[in-house]
Amino acid sequence: MGLKIIVLAKQVPDTRCVGGKAMNDDGTINRSALPAIFNPEDLLALEQAILLKENNPGSKVTVVTMGPQRAADILREALYRGADEGVLLCDRAFAGADTLATSYALSMAVRKLGEYDIILCGRQAIDGDTAQVGPQVAHMLGLPQVTCVKRVLSLENRKLVAERVVDNGTETVEAPMPLLVTVGCEAQACRPRNVYRMLRFHRAATPQEQASPEYRFAAFAEKDEALNLKEWNLDFVGGDAARCGLAGSPTKVKKVDNIVFKAKESKRYTAADEDIKALVGELLDNHTIG
Amino acid sequence: MDNILVFCELCGGDVAGVSLELLSEGRRLADKLGVQLDAVALGSDLSAVERQVYEYGVDNLHLFCDSRLGNYTTLPFATALCRLVKEKGYQIFLLGATVVGRDLAPRITAELQCGLTADCTSLEIGPYEDKKSGTVVENLLYQMRPAFGGNIVATIVNPYNRPQMATVREGVMPLKVTRPGDYRGNTVWHDVKDYIGDECFVVTVLERCVKPAANNLKNAPIVLAGGYGVGSKENFDKLFELARLLHAEVGATRAAIDAGYTTHDRQIGQTGLTVRPKVYIACGISGQVQHVTGMQESGIVISINSDPDAPINALADYVITGKVEEVVPKLITFYQQKQ
Repeated sequence: MGLKIIVLAKQVPDTRCVGGKAMNDDGTINRSALPAIFNPEDLLALEQAILLKENNPGSKVTVVTMGPQRAADILREALYRGADEGVLLCDRAFAGADTLATSYALSMAVRKLGEYDIILCGRQAIDGDTAQVGPQVAHMLGLPQVTCVKRVLSLENRKLVAERVVDNGTETVEAPMPLLVTVGCEAQACRPRNVYRMLRFHRAATPQEQASPEYRFAAFAEKDEALNLKEWNLDFVGGDAARCGLAGSPTKVKKVDNIVFKAKESKRYTAADEDIKALVGELLDNHTIG
Repeated sequence: MDNILVFCELCGGDVAGVSLELLSEGRRLADKLGVQLDAVALGSDLSAVERQVYEYGVDNLHLFCDSRLGNYTTLPFATALCRLVKEKGYQIFLLGATVVGRDLAPRITAELQCGLTADCTSLEIGPYEDKKSGTVVENLLYQMRPAFGGNIVATIVNPYNRPQMATVREGVMPLKVTRPGDYRGNTVWHDVKDYIGDECFVVTVLERCVKPAANNLKNAPIVLAGGYGVGSKENFDKLFELARLLHAEVGATRAAIDAGYTTHDRQIGQTGLTVRPKVYIACGISGQVQHVTGMQESGIVISINSDPDAPINALADYVITGKVEEVVPKLITFYQQKQ
């Protein structure tokens, strides 16, 4: 029997390539210098979802992301790799959300999707590294959670057996569906884009994108339902505005500091023999080493 | 009411190092606020807990003992802790940023609808001015954490919701025994079935393979760390040779590990271990913020780098300008000679 699989994904600035240009002189972040990417661990979650779909014929993978219009890019990216349906959760009311408010909005979107068997998401996103959204969504939906999963070992009789990574080792756990799984960085890489899927899904667009004069695929979208990415706002998912965005976020950023390390007076040596000899002598004499 | 709670994680019957560090920090914060420090542990064998936690100045210890709590699973732990927090009205709740802490803490915040800051590197008490309402909230927990790939440090506060929750990375808070000797606080053995229903035990741990850490980086007095500038795996192996002589442990930057010079468990930095050795020898490490946040509390820093202007040199007590593959063999030779 097919499974209804939901993947929660996030578009993030690529903090791994933070270089000289990424920080402004005043210590703020120059977001335009950072490419927006599919959060890496969410891609690993997508791979697990597609594997489950392949092993359970008749399954459907729906990807949900919350963000501005350009986050639709990662929905298309997911479709290129094997997802079936994309939902963009987009509303000004969601802006400025911390993890609790984000989780609330996502949980409302999942409720709107109706019945499901398993929700997958990355363990954490690289722009915050908090690892909070998965467990929070699980609680809000009343689901058991299995975090930091490396691979799914089996799925039988509506019980999932998975290997997860814990401190200094691994653990094999069994959990009943429906459940939420977060996938950690040790999981297998996501498959590449499929060229045939790209030919079809590069035309996928949200209603707002389709309204743009630059969108030239209206005739295709009319015939192919999967090209119509869903775009949902707060009203549509039935959320409470007081629990969303900045208003629904208990944490506040008090201040942000550029990191400045205390510089020390340092003694300088060259790599010449006499220099190294003198240094080793000094370090031994003052009991730094030895 | 208004006390501070620290979650004590157990590793094979012993309280985890990070939990003891948090108790030390919790004691300091409790003294500052003039409140009590509570600790909580859940497990199947809690016989060592009292002996291990009281010297850190715990006032009240809450214990939940049940054979089914031997392996951590989310729901029973989260359910009991939510209930305890609701009963006691803690203002601050601290957990280690371990795999368990990071699984458990967000689940609790979703139930209690409170704020959580992950992976804090420093905590302080202070006021917060809410510019929108023009009010000042006194005695809040400042939660400092690196953000945006470690390029900035953000100070987070939770002005209105309680408890204020934070997870803290292992190794960033110093251990401090405040009540040595026979001091005993108030131990409460809770009745587990009052707190955790049978329906919480839906996830089963079938198997656990946990090995003790293969290295002793966290406690090594001398750490010899290599970066991408070490140049090759062969050069990196030289570091192990020098480390054996100095009785040092070998660490690495993420770049060195990505290049395949050594294993993942040796990573020092924001996404790896935090170390505070007496001596830190940085070999071919430029000094990116992400790495430096994991070693900045080190005592004496020695930098070996071919670039005389490498950022890490600003933190170093001794700077050797030269190639690692040239300098390290010389250090080995002269150290053996001098000894």
